[in-house]
Amino acid sequence: MAYPADQHKKPSSTVRDWYLSNFERFEKSLNGEASSFIHDIRKSAIARFAEVGFPTTRDEEWKYTDVSPLTKVNFTPILQQNLGGISKNDIAPFTFNNLPSHRLVFVNGHFSKELSSVGVVPKGVKLGSLAEAVKSNDNVVKEHLTRHIHFSSNGFTALNAAFFYDGAFVVIPKGTILDLPIHLLFISSGFETEFVSFPRNLIVAEPNSQAAIIESYVSVKNNIYFTNTVSEIVLGENAIVEHDKLQIESNRAFHIGTTQIYQERSSNFISNAISLGGLLVRNNIMPILDGEGAEATLNGLYLGTGSQHIDNHTVIDHAKPHCPSHELYKGILAGKSKGVFNGKIMVRKDAQKTDAKQTNKNLILSDDASVDTKPQLEIYANDVKCTHGATIGQLDEEAVFYLRSRGLDVDKAKDILIYAFASDVIDRIKVEPLRDLLHQMIHDRLEEGRASA
Amino acid sequence: MLQIINLHASVNDKEILRGIDLNVNKGEVHAIMGPNGSGKSTLAQVLAGRESYNITKGQVFYEGKDLLAMAPEDRARQGLFMAFQYPVEIPGITNTYFLKAGLNAIRKHRGLEEFDAMEFLKLVKERAKFIEMDESLLNRPVNHGFSGGEKKRNEIFQMAILEPKLAILDETDSGLDIDALRTVSNGINKLRSKDNAVILVTHYQRLLNYIVPDFVHVLMDGRIVKSGGKELALQLEEQGYDWVRDDAENIAVNA
Repeated sequence: MAYPADQHKKPSSTVRDWYLSNFERFEKSLNGEASSFIHDIRKSAIARFAEVGFPTTRDEEWKYTDVSPLTKVNFTPILQQNLGGISKNDIAPFTFNNLPSHRLVFVNGHFSKELSSVGVVPKGVKLGSLAEAVKSNDNVVKEHLTRHIHFSSNGFTALNAAFFYDGAFVVIPKGTILDLPIHLLFISSGFETEFVSFPRNLIVAEPNSQAAIIESYVSVKNNIYFTNTVSEIVLGENAIVEHDKLQIESNRAFHIGTTQIYQERSSNFISNAISLGGLLVRNNIMPILDGEGAEATLNGLYLGTGSQHIDNHTVIDHAKPHCPSHELYKGILAGKSKGVFNGKIMVRKDAQKTDAKQTNKNLILSDDASVDTKPQLEIYANDVKCTHGATIGQLDEEAVFYLRSRGLDVDKAKDILIYAFASDVIDRIKVEPLRDLLHQMIHDRLEEGRASA
Repeated sequence: MLQIINLHASVNDKEILRGIDLNVNKGEVHAIMGPNGSGKSTLAQVLAGRESYNITKGQVFYEGKDLLAMAPEDRARQGLFMAFQYPVEIPGITNTYFLKAGLNAIRKHRGLEEFDAMEFLKLVKERAKFIEMDESLLNRPVNHGFSGGEKKRNEIFQMAILEPKLAILDETDSGLDIDALRTVSNGINKLRSKDNAVILVTHYQRLLNYIVPDFVHVLMDGRIVKSGGKELALQLEEQGYDWVRDDAENIAVNA
């Protein structure tokens, strides 16, 4: 690993003090808003953070990911909206060729109405800023916010719950089908100092509703910053949500993201998590199948080059009977990059007839790249089907020869095979224009990666 | 067109080809037959440029050039094609994408303009019809989920697109039912001309009912032990390989 290994020796009190003093600054900046119902949560969360701090590799859940590099930087929380000079032109490259969508734009974690564009939506659909919804005492916010992911689970979720101010607030009312996808664009601007943003998203799909949500994280400059984001997604009975998370942060950035999904009966959640950017990345995607027949599909693709570290952590909690889950994560690791896949499947006592399938495949393109893959099954029911498999390998020589024998030179043959490996995941994205663009983007990334290798 | 002189090849220090001599001129069809493990597929793979074989002795000239010094892609670009015995499945890319990349690499090499998507699609449709291949296979991932027959047909389809000067068909007939064998053979026959040559590597004589060879060679223990006309194949079908083996041993003893 490319980071210094002295994290256990250094007392982490300094980084705690840093965030505690920033919390005081944050409270002052809130003025009258500090009396909102949310603020009690913030106070408990910062107390919790003071207690636990950041995880270390001694924590089982963080065994393969050393977060100490991000404890060595004093990241300044961005407390107020500050566009940092970002204009409509700056966001254009991140709109997937102006993908037809309802687009909410967040700059350093704060909603920007000027940069957003929301089309006509069916009655009752709420699409906007979480900060606004908190201010207006929205009932959905009160009912769901921080209910599905408790801030106490680790230092990062605690820190997010302490510092969050804004993010996306989405409600799809009962029986409503949203034709266009919702694009939540989180853009980091280029400040002089290192900064941290804490986006917090709440997405509620009421019974029988359907929507596709794209959550993308990008930056305008190749600078050092930290994104600590939490999304809570709630699916009512029979609701269908496709959630495409696209992480293309600056390759010097830190990204810790948690997506917690709560699913009721017969709901269907599809996650496609694509990780291309970031220096140190951790993606937690955690659905709870808490109603009979609820279904979760988690697909993921991670591409590492240089000294990137990309950790994918999924937890599928089968709490009720007859729930299927499908999981396919694929990694391509070049340069000195490191990938991690940890797939936990929990089958609770009541969750009979669970059908869980997990696959993790990794392609290692250089001698210095590596991956840790770990399936983790905890099964307390006795009539279930759980399968898992992991592979780590290099390009298939026979396939390379096959392509060469049809006239392709050796580099092109390898490119095609790597691309084909990745396409398998991209093809599962149902938002078609996004899928086509991602194909191109992956293609370009791979070429860049090879050019710099 | 192709001249093989005393070719020896081994894999993991085991010698598989032990002195092959063969001349193929344009316009000719050669069948190479022989029992399992005699080295037929090794010969095909060595000619196509598979790197896992060690060439320990001998030479191969293709259109007067040293074939063994050429990379597999250069062989393909200069008109050599091998239909694989076991075509490789490549999930994630479509048949047409793969073929377009190959064809354009070959065209570029020959100084021809690369095909754009429309021109290529036109060619693909025309050739698919020509060899009676189901068009739905075109946009499916390369060989992925194809039946055995579909895979073999796909090889011939690739051949029809790439238009090789020398085609080596490695057991293209194995595992095909009679209908598939007939259509695959028809495809190959349609591609025969006085300017190109075909080497059929096969285990069974029945393919030669559909594609009539000019020469039949028997490969045994890494050597061509007998050569003849198309009637040799029929004799092999009736009498098996043992008599050839006995003859070959006698010759070896006398020599």
